[in-house]
Amino acid sequence: MDTDQRSNPSKTAYINARLLDPASGRDEIGSLLTDGNRIADMGPALFRDGEGWKVPDGIDVVECQGQCLSPGFVDMRVTIGEPGQEHLGTLASAGRAATSGGITSMVCLPNTDPVIDDMSVVEFVARRARKLGLTKVYPYGAITKGTEGQELAELGMLSEAGAVAFTDGIKSIADTRVMAQAMNYAATFDLMIVNHPEDPRLAEGGAMNLGEMSTRLGLAGIPVEAEIITVERDIRLAQMTGARLHFAHVSTAKSLDAIRKAKDNGGRVTCDTAPPYFALNETAIGDYRTFAKLSPPLRSEQDRQAIVAGLSDGTIDAIASDHCPQDEESKRVPFAHAAFGGVGLDTLLSVTLELVHNGHLSLSAAIALITHKPATLLNLPAGQLTPDAAADLVVFDPERAWRVDSGKLRTKSQNTPFDGRPVQGMVLRTVVDGRTVFLMDNSPS
Amino acid sequence: MAMNRSDIASYPHRHLLGIEGLYPHEISYLLDRSESFVDQNRQADKKKSTLRGRTVINLFFENSTRTRTSFELAGKRLGADVINMSVATSAIKKGETLLDTAMTLNAMHPDVLVVRHPDSGAIKLLSEKVNCAVISGGDGSHEHPTQALLDALTIRRRRGELSGLEVAICGDILHSRVARSNIHLLNTMGARVRLIAPKTLIPRSVEMMGVEVFYSMEEGLKDCDIVMMLRLQKERMQSNFFPSIREYFHFFGLDYEKLSLTKPDALIMHPGPMNRGVEIDSEVADDYGRSVIREQVEMGVAVRMACLEILGLPESEADPEQRNL
Repeated sequence: MDTDQRSNPSKTAYINARLLDPASGRDEIGSLLTDGNRIADMGPALFRDGEGWKVPDGIDVVECQGQCLSPGFVDMRVTIGEPGQEHLGTLASAGRAATSGGITSMVCLPNTDPVIDDMSVVEFVARRARKLGLTKVYPYGAITKGTEGQELAELGMLSEAGAVAFTDGIKSIADTRVMAQAMNYAATFDLMIVNHPEDPRLAEGGAMNLGEMSTRLGLAGIPVEAEIITVERDIRLAQMTGARLHFAHVSTAKSLDAIRKAKDNGGRVTCDTAPPYFALNETAIGDYRTFAKLSPPLRSEQDRQAIVAGLSDGTIDAIASDHCPQDEESKRVPFAHAAFGGVGLDTLLSVTLELVHNGHLSLSAAIALITHKPATLLNLPAGQLTPDAAADLVVFDPERAWRVDSGKLRTKSQNTPFDGRPVQGMVLRTVVDGRTVFLMDNSPS
Repeated sequence: MAMNRSDIASYPHRHLLGIEGLYPHEISYLLDRSESFVDQNRQADKKKSTLRGRTVINLFFENSTRTRTSFELAGKRLGADVINMSVATSAIKKGETLLDTAMTLNAMHPDVLVVRHPDSGAIKLLSEKVNCAVISGGDGSHEHPTQALLDALTIRRRRGELSGLEVAICGDILHSRVARSNIHLLNTMGARVRLIAPKTLIPRSVEMMGVEVFYSMEEGLKDCDIVMMLRLQKERMQSNFFPSIREYFHFFGLDYEKLSLTKPDALIMHPGPMNRGVEIDSEVADDYGRSVIREQVEMGVAVRMACLEILGLPESEADPEQRNL
């Protein structure tokens, strides 16, 4: 484990830091003090001594050299292979990759084996993650037993056991009546339903976005309508039932239009997207690159631009890595047979910052999408720099350039759609509960 | 009917198909008449001859033991000839056959038909085709008037009056004719009704019937006077109205912990048959101090005797002062 086990955390002062807290709008040079696993104090005057800094004896000091210190990132959509598919990734390997990506809280999908449709699995995941002491893991509960889309899981009791919201994960609920009943039942306890919006029958057999490119490549396509139809249907059902509804990884312009309209009408509808959908389009598939085979598929350039616009105007509430590890055997096959999904924990910050470097979002607005906004959606105790909050922090340099290299990722599986991409923004240090759990080589210390 | 007759004891209708539309004085009259049979039923000789020579037919298109027996006993104690006809719904064709059955029975000149049918509105249809009085013994998911009356009688005997009481009805409201009849009766008599269930079991726009809806027992039971539990049919699980029995009981089953939120002397009611450990904890159901579930069964016979007597006597034989409205 590459965790820094300087345990027994006492007091640590992070001085000369650019305190960046999107929730409060704070963006200023100052210091932050942690006491044990909590944030104790922060501000521009803290430990200030004229032009320099002075920290009393007995407090560890981290000199941040003016780099950003923000709340640790919150990733609301992560596939972890444990339990059941440990060869793809474990809670430990995902935890390590997440900490190196500055992620201190992540929400994992229920598509494990066994499925997270039972309180004992919720408790297993929580217990394992706590023991590892890396990134905090919060599980989604399955909406239906076995994520089979038929019978409701015990949403109320799963919620009491710690499931933060409900989704069948990588599976979309096809049966309209099941979805209506699920939302209606969830509204009983005011639980959030998260759907992967894709009509499975319409998408069946498709390997990439349906369009000119799929025609040229001779691959079966998945029409944008598969997503739009489900988004529009679910919005209707949310209006009918009063349920809180969230769409994962929205990828098309028209589904964003529907969500924007629902929000304007006061609907309790939210959505997120993932870096591939605002940073890449279907041309990334190029010559049948299976690492670019994602679900939903990479869309047209027009759709990509619409996603960027949705991030700028606030229609999209969060960015999630949509981390989905696949082993080589699942990707080194003809495109049509390759598995869907790409890893994303390592690159969440860097690709998100492209929105800043390209002038679409302010730094604070971009960081909000991976901190307090997803935390607020799921009521997680994370994503803000406030006294007495958990000391989950990240120090990062928003400018430093590097190149994504699938061979050097810290995830167990290496299937990144961003392989070879030059990016800017690097995580230097990650702190969970006051303990440094990741430290970049030759980073300021 | 005019409002200024509200002080006159009467039930001026030919049938009893539902509670909706009845005036408070009509309900009170039915309850008063029922009251008079309670003592009679506790005597060794329970038989009267008020309905001697009259024929009551129990026509049940849905399985029933309790309600049918209750009506049968009521009819016999009044001296009527009671015939039971059970018609398995699967065996008959809908619509036309229902009316054929009605016409056949009508030709036998019954005085009262007691009908239970799984399709809401079927009893109304039948009542339009026969020449005798019809009493609903349970109308699909629509109404179950005698159940609401026996519930009201039970409450009234314990609490003196219905007005001002906070009554919580908990469970499968969506499919419940008992709930609908009780909502009408309790609202008409000035009680306040709360419904408690998972959202999947609350019918759409039910607030328009003058009730307050809660999705949590903790909120809904707070300081209420009466807790009415409804039977949960386990088959409903297949249609995703709830995920499992254990989850249902955990959140919506009545146990002492949830009961502690009501007024200390709140009564527990259940129309039966109970699913112990599903909607109600066994201990709570058997709590003699608070559970009036057995009393409800007793009041059922009295209420049905009153209904049969009032509707079973031709106008000429009834109290002219009451009939001439």
